[in-house]
Amino acid sequence: MSEPILEVRDLTVHHGQLRALDRISLRVSPGEVYAIIGANGAGKSTLLRTIAGLHHPTEGSIRYDGKDVTRVRPERRATSGIAMVPEGRRLFPSLSVEENLQVGATYARPGPWTIERVYEMFPWMRDRRNQAGAQLSGGEQQSVAIGRALVANPRVLLLDELSLGLAPVVVQRIYGMLPQILATGLTVLLVEQDVSQALRVASHLQCLLEGRTTLEGKPADVTPEQVEAAYFGLPGGERGGGQPPRTQGGSGGDRSPRDEREA
Amino acid sequence: MVWVNDIIQGILVGGLYALFACGLSLMFGVMKVVNLAHGDLAVIGGYVAVGVITVTHIPVLWSFVIVVPLMAVLGYVLQRTVIQAALDRSVLTTLLVTFGLSVVIENGLLQFVNANSHSLGVDNAIITGAFSIGSQISIAYLLLLIFAVAVVVLLGLQYYLSRSRYGRLIRAVADDKEAAQLSGIDYRHVFGIAAAIAFGTVALAGIAYGMYSQFAPTTGTDTILLFAFAAVVIGGLGSLWGTLLGGVILGVAQAIGAQISGSDEFLAGYIVFLAVLVLRPQGLIARRAQS
Repeated sequence: MSEPILEVRDLTVHHGQLRALDRISLRVSPGEVYAIIGANGAGKSTLLRTIAGLHHPTEGSIRYDGKDVTRVRPERRATSGIAMVPEGRRLFPSLSVEENLQVGATYARPGPWTIERVYEMFPWMRDRRNQAGAQLSGGEQQSVAIGRALVANPRVLLLDELSLGLAPVVVQRIYGMLPQILATGLTVLLVEQDVSQALRVASHLQCLLEGRTTLEGKPADVTPEQVEAAYFGLPGGERGGGQPPRTQGGSGGDRSPRDEREA
Repeated sequence: MVWVNDIIQGILVGGLYALFACGLSLMFGVMKVVNLAHGDLAVIGGYVAVGVITVTHIPVLWSFVIVVPLMAVLGYVLQRTVIQAALDRSVLTTLLVTFGLSVVIENGLLQFVNANSHSLGVDNAIITGAFSIGSQISIAYLLLLIFAVAVVVLLGLQYYLSRSRYGRLIRAVADDKEAAQLSGIDYRHVFGIAAAIAFGTVALAGIAYGMYSQFAPTTGTDTILLFAFAAVVIGGLGSLWGTLLGGVILGVAQAIGAQISGSDEFLAGYIVFLAVLVLRPQGLIARRAQS
């Protein structure tokens, strides 16, 4: 296994009195699609936001590219190569599509992604570049939000609930762009409530429940029953965060357990 | 014809009010700071101009070349220190802090300058002159110049915000500072730049006011801040051209009020202000719709 590009150790985050994350650890290797699944309130978004620097952990550390970034400001993490597509898109509503992308590119690292390249990936965007973000449909906004993150040329892309509030067909289309994005050498850490979608794209899977890890492994190595048990916290399938199943080699992630659940 | 003259004078004075108001509007629009020290900053701008002129002997009209950058730097520093510290706590804390700033400035001026009125006398005969249209209408070049400056400042601000790179960042941060951080933008720095612009414009307004009228340490809160607030509320928060419209309406209302009865000058302005608050609280030119 190569050196992790992103490593989280024993991360604990509190929202006031509430313990949103309880000693979460994860190691993301370069080029991986690391998926974090879990029900509402499991702490997935908190985890991603803490990695981006928007929450301060009470304990634990975050290492990126071999350096401890636990105390680094979010904007500095972004310019060093951690970009995030936030939950709910969060486009700048009074800026046009192109201006949104320009803001994303303001402090871009050198790399393959340019506004032009984003337009090539989403051809409709070029024609509508002068429209306000607020005039776009949810799926279009999501595409602009992804473009805004990509033009910064990040090494790690954090995707927070891409599917939220979007029609299944739109979700499919957006996730269909992932191979193109990965081909430029990015590493993706994503959070999803839509388990089937996450299983389809992920090379590594981690399930959270009430701020704790309940299952971890390659999608090929976990059974739908295990996922179900870990997702809902049912007895029987629980593996705890301790010794997750890991396999060597192989391009896991082709097998998608039956789609189902979602509360 | 008397009325026509009043309306013209009101419109021209409105330019001055707009100059006062645009910085207030910008700071509220970008960082949600209601700067209660805004009027006092204009007065500081006036006093700094007096000092600069005394020391360097540059013409009054050109004092802004030194005063505006000085005040802009002060704006950046104050924003990055006390105002940001207040913002980190809560938006309400900024009200207390800027109110405190206002008290400190006023009393500092009373202590170290004195309570006398100052003005910035312009000795340029062309500027102090006036021209007449017919027998009733007389337009002072100075007021015309101030109005033109206000329009140029607003145009420049509009252009800067909509076209420049930093203008784009200011709008982005005003929309969503967390999303801006995720794009690598240090919103505190962008706030500092917005404050620098606001302080620069209010300094310019202070100089203009000193040439047009006279100021004392308390002028900031008892006159300028109120006029600036009224202009912003009438025009619509966050809208630059609304600010000009608000200033002009306030100026015209005051001029007409003064014509009816000398003591009603300010009353008329505030009646319009209250009427707008009741009938159209978002202001005459509402800010672009929020998504």
